[in-house]
Amino acid sequence: VKFVLNGKIVNVRAHPMKRLLDVLREDCGLTGTKEGCGEGECGACTVLVDGQPANACLVPFAHVRGARVTTIEGIRHAAALQEAFVEDGATQCGICTPGFVVAASTLRADASLDDVRAALAGNICRCTGYAAIHRAIRAAQETAARRRRARKAAGGTRQGGRRA
Amino acid sequence: MRTAISPLCLFEPRSIRDALRMLRDEGPLVPMAGCTDLYVSLNFGTLAATRFLDLWRLDELRGVRMVGASLRIGALTTYAELQRSPHVRRHLPMLVEAAAQVGGRQVQNRGTIGGNIGNGSPAGDTLPVLSAAEATLVLQSAGAERRVAFNGYFTGYRQSVRRSDELIVAIEVPPIGGRQWFRKVGTRAAQAISKVVVAGVRGTKTGTGSGVHVANGRPRIAMGSVAPTVVRVPRTEEILHSTGSVQEAQDALQAEIAPINDVRSTAAYRRRVAANLLARFWEETEDK
Repeated sequence: VKFVLNGKIVNVRAHPMKRLLDVLREDCGLTGTKEGCGEGECGACTVLVDGQPANACLVPFAHVRGARVTTIEGIRHAAALQEAFVEDGATQCGICTPGFVVAASTLRADASLDDVRAALAGNICRCTGYAAIHRAIRAAQETAARRRRARKAAGGTRQGGRRA
Repeated sequence: MRTAISPLCLFEPRSIRDALRMLRDEGPLVPMAGCTDLYVSLNFGTLAATRFLDLWRLDELRGVRMVGASLRIGALTTYAELQRSPHVRRHLPMLVEAAAQVGGRQVQNRGTIGGNIGNGSPAGDTLPVLSAAEATLVLQSAGAERRVAFNGYFTGYRQSVRRSDELIVAIEVPPIGGRQWFRKVGTRAAQAISKVVVAGVRGTKTGTGSGVHVANGRPRIAMGSVAPTVVRVPRTEEILHSTGSVQEAQDALQAEIAPINDVRSTAAYRRRVAANLLARFWEETEDK
């Protein structure tokens, strides 16, 4: 099955009914995507399929033929979010964190707290609760906005990242 | 994953025609779409089936359009697409609300309305909406097509009139007069399977005397998670329509639902919540 994994075309042989989660971890060696519940409740295995969040534990491998799959290893601007998660105490045991970061990566830079809540409604954290996670995401948005302003002030012509 | 993968067999049709032929010649096959429920059973090893028909690539089954004044929703339309569709937002806002409360974004991006029906769980969030909307299902088999009233589709717990060689290809919703209302009660606001789910339409009477359009006058109320299938509650509807007495309607409602104790809730709690939601529906849809 050919698909685009984190920006590169790959060709992977696996059973069409194998879970995308297992293909990523076992056949592609990408273990950043975690298995939490295995029933689409917790969001720990969140990846992007054609830019949209999906639970990799509920996606048959057959469904990603020709699709773009982005895992935590391939999220652009993940570092800023990850730093904010550390800063704000939004990570503890860590198993939910990659899923939260992937889900949060789809938020627009100007997303409101309600947007953040809706985007993360499919992710469950049983250590920190959600306030710290929401705070971290807001902080990452602010950092990104500050950098954009600074770049603009410096007369840079590069387009600022639209994503948080 | 508790189910062994190697004995599983997946048929991957390229067109609806292909799919219907496979259903006829290679059956029985379990149709699969967004897999947001099917893979839960597979993960837990509770699914006996080993042969599946993948519908995910059949783009002909996706999308929403108007056919005359009716809404035609392709069976493969996802919950996310339902929420974005201007047609659904305009004509069936209660379906937008239902779709927004299924799982989280991850599930809404994959799960489909046809899957919600095909899966046939009495807790399916879109089912009370389709019941109150008096939708029609379009079923196709190789060489034939038939239309079935949604309210006659389910015959028992996860049982329906769909034959094993048929596919649900579309849902048709006639125009609805009056106010639409939807409410789901689960353990938490997101990511919860419903304990009670209600959709209602409250018609508005127009004109006077013999000019009253009664077709839209009677409220239509459907409930999920309170019986083996989604149910309409005609006696309750009739009482609200003729007397407007919420108390009497709540009493009648108790005879029209048959909730059970299960992992998510108790029968008594569901009865109470169903009655409360009925009152809420009536209060919030009143002409102000």
